[in-house]
Amino acid sequence: MTAANPPATGSGTDDAKRPGGGFPWAALIFLGPAGLLLLAFLAFPIVYTVFLSFNRGRGGEFSNWVGFDNWVRLFTQDPNFLRLGFPPSGALINNVLWIVFYVSLTVLLGLILAVMATRVRYEALIKGIVFLPQAIAATSLAIIWRFVYSPDPNTGLMNAILDIGNVGPFSVLGNPDAVNWALIAVGIWGSVGFATVILSAAIKGISSEVLEAARVDGAKETQIFWRIIVPMVSLPISVVAVTLIVNVIKLFDIIFVMTAGGPGASSRVIAFSMYQEAFPQGQFGYGAAIAVVMLLLLVPVMIFNIRRFRAEAVQS
Amino acid sequence: MTALEGTGVRSEPRTMSQRLARLAGSSPTHIILGIVGLIWLVPTIGILITSFRPGADMRATGWWTILFEPRFTLANYERVLSAEGMGGAFLNSLFIVIPSTILPLVFASMGAYALAWVKFPFRDTTFLIIVAMLMVPVQVGFIPLVTAFRESGTGLLTNYGGVWLAHTAYALPFGIFLLRNFFITLPRDLIEAARIDGASNVAIFRTIVVPLSVPAIAAYGIFQFLWTWNDLLMSLVYAQRNSIQPMTVKITQLLGTYATDWSLLAAASFLVMIVPLIVFISLQRYFVQGLLAGSVK
Repeated sequence: MTAANPPATGSGTDDAKRPGGGFPWAALIFLGPAGLLLLAFLAFPIVYTVFLSFNRGRGGEFSNWVGFDNWVRLFTQDPNFLRLGFPPSGALINNVLWIVFYVSLTVLLGLILAVMATRVRYEALIKGIVFLPQAIAATSLAIIWRFVYSPDPNTGLMNAILDIGNVGPFSVLGNPDAVNWALIAVGIWGSVGFATVILSAAIKGISSEVLEAARVDGAKETQIFWRIIVPMVSLPISVVAVTLIVNVIKLFDIIFVMTAGGPGASSRVIAFSMYQEAFPQGQFGYGAAIAVVMLLLLVPVMIFNIRRFRAEAVQS
Repeated sequence: MTALEGTGVRSEPRTMSQRLARLAGSSPTHIILGIVGLIWLVPTIGILITSFRPGADMRATGWWTILFEPRFTLANYERVLSAEGMGGAFLNSLFIVIPSTILPLVFASMGAYALAWVKFPFRDTTFLIIVAMLMVPVQVGFIPLVTAFRESGTGLLTNYGGVWLAHTAYALPFGIFLLRNFFITLPRDLIEAARIDGASNVAIFRTIVVPLSVPAIAAYGIFQFLWTWNDLLMSLVYAQRNSIQPMTVKITQLLGTYATDWSLLAAASFLVMIVPLIVFISLQRYFVQGLLAGSVK
């Protein structure tokens, strides 16, 4: 019987077909290049960065081990990173400001625009316009808004408009009290399109019967928005919100190009501090500590993603 | 997450609900959407117009006066491309972006194939580790990799190699995640049948999986192309010689020298924008797919 059985697979693919029966060469070959790069450029640096955060590392010379010095300095002696007075300030506090205002307003505006856009014929056009900043470099976006914010009313659109009402001119990027709000506004401008497109896809998934039934029962449009649409797209909302939070933790380009963390250090964010301390300042150990803080802030998102993915895998 | 929704909900309830209540009638919708369209278009149009205005006009009046004195010139582009080295930086951007797009495409689709269709021990664990790696910030690599590149004698900070490798490595978790999730949706029967016919993994990968996954691979390719084209930070860190730096880095240097020469800055930033805009407008469908899928990144 075995002899008469024609070999369906004549070549050497048996090990791939039945992995119990040998070393999985195929997996190694296919996963090898990616695996090596991930080990060398992500896994190893994670360990090594944690290690180096205990070294002075000035100018890239790692000979001076300083214990927890970098960490103590980061959280207690560096007002540019964290100052817990009243009001609190520093890069970390600015990130909190960004998370609270940029994330919530982007989601809210995205939802409202998504709902409004479904009611007009030029839906694709308006979504395309609002989505456009997603395609362009944050560097260009930052230049566009530096131009809009220019204090000269003959250059900057914002001050030209204020000038009509005899207000200003204001140098919003030069004012420590205004600069973070001006930057957050740019961030929102850049991200609303992303929220709109994703939430709009979710809103279209709501059955029109549900909405019709609510209207027949005499529900107002506001009630429909808060009581039906928002709860029914709560999962996409949380996905958008998490993405935006990750954006905030990684936020760098806009700050670097628009203010370089200034005036003073009033608009620094954590990713900017990491670059600034490590490279122009040459404090590699201190920069490593900030990079570890960034990683730790992203660990909850890692867990969220893995949980979400496992849940999806169970469903399918 | 619910807490965040809460803040969004409670921040401006009165005005928002009033605004939404007015949606019942349709003309306020058009007015609001019209204003939104203007707010999102006008700043970009302003920079575009400024890039074509003579420098003397730019210094004298705002770009919106173009309606009364329509004078255009290409001088800003000539100056920024030749004298200010933006032409070379444009080529550098291409030199950085093309390998940084092709390498992750190849390696991520190969890895994704193994994770989707080759059985091996700890496969699911491997995949979950890669999902976790999606969140590793590029900053974690800066100190160890810059130190290693510098001390290795390979010149990886002064040739394109360092940027290529860094872009490729940090693009892989997302690519593998995206493509693996697409590959497992391919019909199992098709792949099993090919196996029974004696097709090797290489053959299955090349003749079945890749051709059937063109939309996903294209979406990832476009996404990665734009991500690297628009990148500033990786090049600031890993491309430490003037002659290899891309346009985004070049612009930040121009900004240091000519902070108020908006003619020059406008032309330069439009040069950075033009390629993504063309990609976006011509391949919008794939682009949006990639972005929707990328919402985990």
